[in-house]
Amino acid sequence: MFDNILIWFVVIPIAMMAGLGLCQNSGMKAIRAVMVVCSTVLLALAIWLCCDFLRLREMGVTDEMLFTGSWMWYAPLNIHLAVGVDGISVLMILLSAIIVFAGTFASWKINPLPKNFFLWYALLSTGVFGFFISIDIFTMFMFYEVALIPMYLLIGVWGTGRKEYSAMKLTLMLMGGSAFLMLGLLGIFWHSAPEGGQLTWNILEISHNAAIDPNWQYMLFCFTFVGFGVLGAMFPFHTWSPDGHASAPTAVSMLHAGVLMKLGGYGCFRIAIFLLPQAANELAWIFIILTGISIVYGAFSACVQTDLKYINAYSSVSHCGMVLFAILMLNATAMTGAIMQMLSHGLMTALFFALIGMIYGRTHTRDIRQMGGLMRIMPYLGVCYMIAGFASLGLPGLSGFVAEMTIFFGAFQDSDVFHRIFVICATTAIVITAVYILRVVGKLLLGPVQDDHHLSLTDATWFERLATVTLILCIAGIGCFPNWINEAINHSFTPIINALQASVF
Amino acid sequence: MTYSQFGHMIPEMIILGIFILVFLFDTFSSEKGKKILTPFTTILFGLGTIAIWVTPASGEFVFGGMYINDTATNAIKAILNIGVFIVFLQAAEWLNSEETVIRKGEFYELILVTVFGMYLMVSARHFLLFLIGLESASLPLAALVAFNKQRLESNEAAIKYIMTAVFSSAVLLVGLSFVYAFSGGSLYFNDLAITISQGEMSGLLLVALAFMIAGIGFKLSLVPFHLWTADVYQGAPTAVTSFLSVVSKGAAAFAFFIIFTQCFGAVYADAWEWMMYAVIILTITIGNLFAIRQKNMKRFMAFSSISQAGYIMLGVMAGEALGLSALIFYVFVYVVSNLGAFLVINTIEENTGYLSMDDYNGLHKSNPWLSFAMTLAMFSLAGIPPFAGFFSKILIFTSVTSTNSWALYMLVLVALINTIISLYYYLLVVKAMWISPEEPKVGAIKTFRCEKVGLWLCVAGIVFFGLVPYIYQYCYDAVVNSMKLLATIIP
Repeated sequence: MFDNILIWFVVIPIAMMAGLGLCQNSGMKAIRAVMVVCSTVLLALAIWLCCDFLRLREMGVTDEMLFTGSWMWYAPLNIHLAVGVDGISVLMILLSAIIVFAGTFASWKINPLPKNFFLWYALLSTGVFGFFISIDIFTMFMFYEVALIPMYLLIGVWGTGRKEYSAMKLTLMLMGGSAFLMLGLLGIFWHSAPEGGQLTWNILEISHNAAIDPNWQYMLFCFTFVGFGVLGAMFPFHTWSPDGHASAPTAVSMLHAGVLMKLGGYGCFRIAIFLLPQAANELAWIFIILTGISIVYGAFSACVQTDLKYINAYSSVSHCGMVLFAILMLNATAMTGAIMQMLSHGLMTALFFALIGMIYGRTHTRDIRQMGGLMRIMPYLGVCYMIAGFASLGLPGLSGFVAEMTIFFGAFQDSDVFHRIFVICATTAIVITAVYILRVVGKLLLGPVQDDHHLSLTDATWFERLATVTLILCIAGIGCFPNWINEAINHSFTPIINALQASVF
Repeated sequence: MTYSQFGHMIPEMIILGIFILVFLFDTFSSEKGKKILTPFTTILFGLGTIAIWVTPASGEFVFGGMYINDTATNAIKAILNIGVFIVFLQAAEWLNSEETVIRKGEFYELILVTVFGMYLMVSARHFLLFLIGLESASLPLAALVAFNKQRLESNEAAIKYIMTAVFSSAVLLVGLSFVYAFSGGSLYFNDLAITISQGEMSGLLLVALAFMIAGIGFKLSLVPFHLWTADVYQGAPTAVTSFLSVVSKGAAAFAFFIIFTQCFGAVYADAWEWMMYAVIILTITIGNLFAIRQKNMKRFMAFSSISQAGYIMLGVMAGEALGLSALIFYVFVYVVSNLGAFLVINTIEENTGYLSMDDYNGLHKSNPWLSFAMTLAMFSLAGIPPFAGFFSKILIFTSVTSTNSWALYMLVLVALINTIISLYYYLLVVKAMWISPEEPKVGAIKTFRCEKVGLWLCVAGIVFFGLVPYIYQYCYDAVVNSMKLLATIIP
């Protein structure tokens, strides 16, 4: 079992928790040592996995999933612990590892109860990694919920503002989504094989069997898509996102907006569309409308907010809406764009939240009306914020541009009026994004200094620099060299597109 | 009848043996010797549990088919025993208090009699034996509820309990008399099943069904027969409350499953399933909605256990081997999670007398380990992975949907939405302990040795037995074995 590299992505966070369990709350050095060592190992392992994956693809291995492994767990219900990755999951694992790494440094001085904070943080990462490596929908769901629940305590104990309210709202809404999701998964399981066949939770086997009755597909598609859509901040289920992100501590906002919201997109893609292709073909329009609204509505909402975190939370709603929107276009180009957007948004929004946390830690306010001219006071953070902003509004050379270009390029392939209208509406979000990003940059970084106390503030410390530099390098890396991503996920769409085409009559 | 038939009743004989030993010890030992009564009983009971767990079930009908000891009954008995064992650990310190120390022996004896009754209830395949089991499981409980006889609430609770218990038995008996009339003078489960499978649906039996659901529903505190629960739970001594909330529920749920699936089987499946459909939805929803407003921890746990009973009943709806094994597994997980919560409540009450949720504010500052255990118990009850509660819930939901009927999917949806409501109030406790900024009201508490052992057992159960499928697999194999056996006897 442990000769499979993927298992280590779950084992290491668990080891991290065990290591933290031995530390004391007062022994900050030991806690940091455990966190840095484990998150570095995770990052190294993720990079290695990525390289190995690319190497295998280069060698011409064309299996749907690589590094697969399957171990019986609950035998009476045929539940396995099944793992395997394709290009998409590899990228997601890489993204998670980067953000866990950066998040560790972003919460270098967490207070109070640092040990407990990192314990829950490690549990959260266990869930995230476990979700991306699983190809058994039961274990996938389990890890999904493992990733959700630590949020309650992370926000509730270490958050700011109306933290109790936000934590409860976020947890209940996401768990509500997972209730629908669970029902959808149960339905998929009980229909997973033709009459008399062995029922299975394994994604690959289910898609090979293709036995789910179309009438059931409609219901199950709605349940699973809404279930994952709640986490993907789809309108009208996005309301947890602004409050939750605004109240969460820095590293948690980073991980949540950066990775956890991607769980939603990934799940929609891997389960709702892949396993229920016929319903996806016929019901996509409903969700295109909803995600179209998310994109535009999120962008407009971001324009009028004055709290930095709210601005970013709404911008996340808009960008994650873009991910779901692209997935629903049901063609390979748009889906490639969706995956790139997930990566790009994950990195960029993590950078945003890290910077906001750093700025807030100095100025003790997040209201852009009370700040100004920060570029002169802390040039390093200012420049980083600008880079993040530019990535967000899609400046060429940074990751946002590649992703959005690909999405709209792919989305325009559907030539009927309905798709055209919604694609054009969605493109307006690019302009609106520019409006709110430039507004923030203008007020926050440029212009006169609003508060004389701010003049004495210091610039970034070494650990803050480390966190931001990591993220910026990745953003620029994707922006300049997007091709290897394309290479990695190239084969991954074939089975999905095939399934979609096979179900059109 | 030959006396060798008693040899098939191994679990009952073990409990009876322990009872006699404890009784003799209690009666004839000196004052000094009584000090070791607690370890004596607890260890003896622990050994008995292991013995039941490892002895193979004979799987034969004895006493002309009145009683069976097969693998499934053995499994539920062993699991109930774990619960009783933890309750013994929990009660140890309380029994040494001034008020109760002289009646220490009574507590153990009464509990053992109750356990004996539950065993009969689980193993009975004849309504009369079932009734005897039910009565001997519920009447001693009234005495236990009134154990703190100097406290008014305790007495009030006992009166309420005995009234409802007797009343519900009466209702059940009316139902049984109808069954007796219908089956032409036999009260054997098998005879009834055969009579039913040969005939048409009869109005007489439908009424009997309703009465029986009501009668057993009282024991399980299903809505609308739950009204006694909160008051009794609140008034009873905490150790007794924990016993009431898990062990007696587990036995009743198992008996319920056997009666309804094996006797009323195919012909009446629709009838009782629709009745249960409504009862389950009401139980889960109303239990949850009332739990939200409770501030007293024991009342809070009372309503939470009402809604948990609803989830257990989902196993009855599922039927088949999957349903029964999920039900037994759910009972196991419920035992460790609920008793974990009660152990914490009990420890805090013993030391400080505090019982309100507000008294738990900021608890993690003074008692990090107690808060940690309580958090795990709450998460497990709410069904959060990776704790055992998640697996038990999912397995029971999965088994319910196995027939792919729309109605059952909707039932699961209601249950799933209710888990969100329950998550809300379980999180309120977590919030009080971890998030509330106030200074802790409860000072640092020294947990007693027995309670510590109990807490560790519960925590281990919560953390491991979801991730390690050993118990579920054990239940499943046991159930499949016993069902195979049944198929050979009833055509």
